[in-house]
Amino acid sequence: MYGNDFSPPEDGPGGGLLGEVEAAEAALREAAARARRGGPTPDEDLEAYFADVIDADQKIEPRDWMPEAYRKTLIRQIAQHAHSEIIGMQPEGNWISRAPSLKRKAILLAKVQDEAGHGLYLYAAAETLGVSRDELVELLLNGRQKYSSIFNYPTLTWADVGAIGWLVDGAAIVNQVPLCRCSYGPYARAMIRVCKEESFHQRQGYEILYTLSHGTPAQKAMAQDAIDRWWYPSLAMFGPPDAESPHSAQSMAWKIKRFSNDELRQRFVDMCVQQAEVLGLTLPDPDLRWNDERQSYDYTQPDYDELMQVIKGNGPCNRQRMEHRRRAHDEGAWVREAAAAYAAKRAEKKEKVAA
Amino acid sequence: MTGPFDFALRLGDDALIAAQRLGEWTSRAPEMEEDIALANIALDQLGAARLLLTYAGELEGAGRDEDALAYLRDDREFRNCLLVELPNGDFAITMAKLFFLSAYQLPLYTALAGCADERLAAIGAKARKESAYHLDHSSLWVKRLGDGTEESHRRMQAAVDEVWPYTHELFTADPAAPVDPATLRADFDATVSAVLSEATLIRPAHGWTPGGGRDGVHTEHLSYLLAEMQVLHRAHPGAQW
Amino acid sequence: MRARRGLSHTHVGSLHAPDAELALRNARDLYTRRQEGVSIWVVPASAITASSPDEKDAFFDPAADKVYRHPTFYEVPDGVAHL
Repeated sequence: MYGNDFSPPEDGPGGGLLGEVEAAEAALREAAARARRGGPTPDEDLEAYFADVIDADQKIEPRDWMPEAYRKTLIRQIAQHAHSEIIGMQPEGNWISRAPSLKRKAILLAKVQDEAGHGLYLYAAAETLGVSRDELVELLLNGRQKYSSIFNYPTLTWADVGAIGWLVDGAAIVNQVPLCRCSYGPYARAMIRVCKEESFHQRQGYEILYTLSHGTPAQKAMAQDAIDRWWYPSLAMFGPPDAESPHSAQSMAWKIKRFSNDELRQRFVDMCVQQAEVLGLTLPDPDLRWNDERQSYDYTQPDYDELMQVIKGNGPCNRQRMEHRRRAHDEGAWVREAAAAYAAKRAEKKEKVAA
Repeated sequence: MTGPFDFALRLGDDALIAAQRLGEWTSRAPEMEEDIALANIALDQLGAARLLLTYAGELEGAGRDEDALAYLRDDREFRNCLLVELPNGDFAITMAKLFFLSAYQLPLYTALAGCADERLAAIGAKARKESAYHLDHSSLWVKRLGDGTEESHRRMQAAVDEVWPYTHELFTADPAAPVDPATLRADFDATVSAVLSEATLIRPAHGWTPGGGRDGVHTEHLSYLLAEMQVLHRAHPGAQW
Repeated sequence: MRARRGLSHTHVGSLHAPDAELALRNARDLYTRRQEGVSIWVVPASAITASSPDEKDAFFDPAADKVYRHPTFYEVPDGVAHL
């Protein structure tokens, strides 16, 4: 996950995110069912036609006319999202071999596998915009496209797997649920699928932390340490503060995004406070307190200078994550070439038989 | 004399160590789709391992559950075949290992599905469908790598040559076991011959036949694998996870 | 993908594969991790000829006046079952 480009959950934070996904799906069907307009007439202004579709809360589909900037914004956003899923496999994958029980090992394998699947759904959605997955992967590998900075932090203990599930996936879901209502059809549909599948990810993380915090003193300390390290980077996942977020307004107008970074961050904080209490663990913010007037929690902002540094490539694991991805890609080249060569040989044989 | 306990332990250890190795591929596969496929196969193996080890623990009656068996035994107490503990190597080695393993597991689980022990029969019935898929998947890749490019052919043949000796251990006769492994050999040979020939690969001549896994005498690799797998569990004796 | 017996195949998504055999396997692994299907078809994207939205009116509007193709067009007298 990177930042902010989506549209809104209708009801309050914490309360049934999965319900919001289902509501988004229903809204998608409803929009499809409403008497829709056809394509633009020959003399119709295309910009006006596009605006009309967006205004009517209809989905833009792959072969529709769209402004070039809309296409570019979507490609960038969907690709970064896809890259994040793929790179995001690494920090958690780091604990598959050492998972402390066979049940946890199975759950973690399935979860990391889901992330690969989500990356593929998203690359497929991006491809509908006229860019190939190979091109996007190349942009990731040469550093021209980013992935969520959160994955540049290390997973030092087993509790980090829990913290990633609870906080990182939690923040991602707050970001993603509104995306289920994005104006671009393939992205909205991919996000609905992703959100539904991800509903178990956050719960498994929370369950890991709950078990640890109710286990031995060493386990509880491990859980607290993980939360201490992951809390602020998770807050930073929502991107820079609104005042410093230049692209937001246009994305909002296009209904790619429907909430600001700060709104989503606040929603996330409000969700987490009570969940931390149930865990019996402390969020590492001495200034965290309920504000009756705002009906929200006041909290300490994450260190945005640190975020900028991580985005620039200077996080603890940036180099390691990229190196890992490049190595997998490079070492797999001969396998991909073999599969292509085999397919070509078969096709040739078939042609000969037919001739 | 191999009773159901030893037998379940062997099969469970095979599946567990295979799952551990396949899991190492996560985020490293040659293609993203293959990452998902390998994780699926790892999950199948892990699922079978859990059923088998749980049952082994019950048969033993000493209060050991799947985790006690997986995490609190040393390498000398593991009963898996050497084949599964070999390092992953390149993708060709991994496919050779998976191909031979599934060509053995498929007839094994199929026979198990018909055995007198109801629990083992149920596990066999479930696992044989999964093995059929593993065999299908690995066969597809053995063919593609064998009959792909010059480089892939060279690597695949080298992998077959390297892994082949470890297949003999799988079929050591044990007439007292619920399924005598020796009876699976013909099925295995037929599968292997057909796929290798389509893949333009040569089946190595019989020669060196390393073994010992079933008696707890392993390669040097297993101890490292277990050290990594067990480190966290053992660092917190008695803890729940 | 056919989700269950009795339902028709519907499009679930796209993927990459060097050939049809692998495409089918990849589809199984990617799109049925949660038992979403009982049958899968794969079609190379190059084999799909798409209508353009620009042609939508010409392509799809003629069907709009053929309401008699829909069962709701017909009045069913009271008391008639199994129709």
